[in-house]
Amino acid sequence: MDSAALLLPQLFNGLSVASLYLLAAVGLALSFGLMRVINMAHGEMLMLGGYLAWLTLMVVPGGFGIIAALPVAFLGTAAIGALVHMGLIRRLADRPLDTLLATWGLSLILQQAARDLFGPIGVEVRAPDWLSGSFTLAGVVIPSARLLIIVMTILVLGGIAALLDRTRVGLDIRAVNQDRMMASATGINVRAVELIVFCVGSGVAGVAGVLLALLGPVTPNAGQVYIVPAFLVVVMGGLGSLTGTSVAALILGLFTALAQIFVDVSIAQMLMLVLVILFLQVRPQGVVAVRSRALDV
Amino acid sequence: MVVVRSRLLAFACMASALALGACSGEKSADAGAAGDAVSVGVLQSLTGTMAISEITVKNAEMLAIDEINAAGGVLGKKITALVEDGASDPSTFAQKASKLIEDNGVATVFGGWTSASRKAMLPVFERTGNLLWYPVQFEGNECSPNIMYSGAQPNQQALPALKWAVEQGHKSYFLIGSDYVYPRTANLILKKHIEKGGMKVLGEAYVPLGGTDFSGVIAKIQQARPDIIINTLNGDSNVAFFKQMQAAGMSPAKMPVMSFSIGEQEAKAMGTALVEGSFASWNYFQSLKLADNDKFIAAYRAKYGADAAITDPMVHGYLDVYAWKAAVEKAKSFDPAAVRKAAVTLGSFDTPMGPVAFAANQSLVQKAYIGKLKADGQFEIIADSGADIQPEPYDPLAFPGKSCKL
Repeated sequence: MDSAALLLPQLFNGLSVASLYLLAAVGLALSFGLMRVINMAHGEMLMLGGYLAWLTLMVVPGGFGIIAALPVAFLGTAAIGALVHMGLIRRLADRPLDTLLATWGLSLILQQAARDLFGPIGVEVRAPDWLSGSFTLAGVVIPSARLLIIVMTILVLGGIAALLDRTRVGLDIRAVNQDRMMASATGINVRAVELIVFCVGSGVAGVAGVLLALLGPVTPNAGQVYIVPAFLVVVMGGLGSLTGTSVAALILGLFTALAQIFVDVSIAQMLMLVLVILFLQVRPQGVVAVRSRALDV
Repeated sequence: MVVVRSRLLAFACMASALALGACSGEKSADAGAAGDAVSVGVLQSLTGTMAISEITVKNAEMLAIDEINAAGGVLGKKITALVEDGASDPSTFAQKASKLIEDNGVATVFGGWTSASRKAMLPVFERTGNLLWYPVQFEGNECSPNIMYSGAQPNQQALPALKWAVEQGHKSYFLIGSDYVYPRTANLILKKHIEKGGMKVLGEAYVPLGGTDFSGVIAKIQQARPDIIINTLNGDSNVAFFKQMQAAGMSPAKMPVMSFSIGEQEAKAMGTALVEGSFASWNYFQSLKLADNDKFIAAYRAKYGADAAITDPMVHGYLDVYAWKAAVEKAKSFDPAAVRKAAVTLGSFDTPMGPVAFAANQSLVQKAYIGKLKADGQFEIIADSGADIQPEPYDPLAFPGKSCKL
């Protein structure tokens, strides 16, 4: 097969895969950076986002239901994120390893709950007509759904960057990120900041879940497919850095897409793991190293 | 919020209660036949990526068991079905098969879907001398005395599909499948036959079972521009594949797709609009006009809902239970070795897919049909093999010199 002809389409596909990785990973990166919490139930926020899209489409049928589903999924998963934080993570604040186990258990419970509530087979979320087509640009067929995903990712990243850099809350988040004790001593409510970050991270995963539903099945297991790449992105990006996470998502997305020109998807996924391992040998701190007391052990 | 949380808890409790219930099946020796009951295993994926296909097969098997019990049972014994969840995971299938046979002492097991699950269970059945009734089409290249292969062999599904495609004038093919033994072997056989026919395979791509990223595969299909795609994806990867094909402007109406694992149930679960116009090759379609088929559909719908879809593997699962009953009655014993010997000498018996029989190699003699999916979720039968096809586990082109003698 003509590999050169596949280069441009795969560059575009790489961008769209990177966008999904990034949306799935942002919440993980934020909560790890701030709280050193590894949230194993993060994939289930994606899954819940997909189901919220399905529920929204039942209430708002028609072409723009999927747009309505984005804020619904964001708020819905953010609310569940708040419950998880207040009910589970806050109570295990000083025991990071226990959170790992507890959130893994939560992940299983959420999957089973989705199975019992919505059935194990999954539900049907169809892209509306205006999103199910494609157009051709410079010889590359660009599916509208994938373009929407890239645009949404840029919007979400811009939103989070603005939140961190331009708002009072963002200032607090950065302060807690740099030195939790000192921030606390200056009167910042560390618990509240953590709660906000956890909610925003879960909400973004919910948005990712809606977008995923345009391209894949909505099933109780849907989140499991994306959780491993998301962890890889966070680890490779340098823990707790938004820029690092974005760069790592781009690297991994483009790498798997370009590798697929030559090998099957299974091999491409294996090569992606090899890439991350080699990268961490050379640069164990990740793409961007954040100097943060929160991460000093 | 609190309501949501307490509901989650309630579900968690229910789930564990169910699991406990399933564990407390009765324990008995003598091939499951103790007192006035005989226990059999029903082992399908009730969760995970294969649940989309396998839950309904379990339902059909349970329907047959209930019908037989209502009619007096087998050799005067009622059938107790022990249902286990293979969870779309081959090692879970092996573990549950061993639990059913060794802990629960079942007389036989009905179940399995993916070839990976069958291959994982095979050593368990050979070690314990028990018998598995396997309801799904597969890649052949296997011949075990401990499995009754009721689903299609390659020459009963894949090759009739290829023959049909050739008759339609399709000359270039793109093969896509899940990355495990069935799609790889089926495609190996197809490639040999396509090349022998002087036609071209423009590409071959595999995606992990349950995988959802088809961007690279679709770019390759766009480059290759095949006449037809032959799709051996299993489970809900199909949803992702057809969604992304449609997003790329290649709906089944524009790019013909022949699928080997999409039946009425899968089409319904995926949303018919997504797969309308695609082709499938099976030994049974719900739209078959047969009196036995009407009866089966009515009975299934009475039990599982008026809009339930019926598929080929469900009918195979259903007829497997009846074939087991007939074989047990012929052998006058629940002993798996006697049952399998009786099963291959039963001769022709009536099923919802018409009369079929088990051949000496423990596979089913059956017809093949090609269907085109209509908007109402039913397949229009557009071609059939005419005569019954004798099952051939080893394709002579792909595996020359091998044969299945039991």
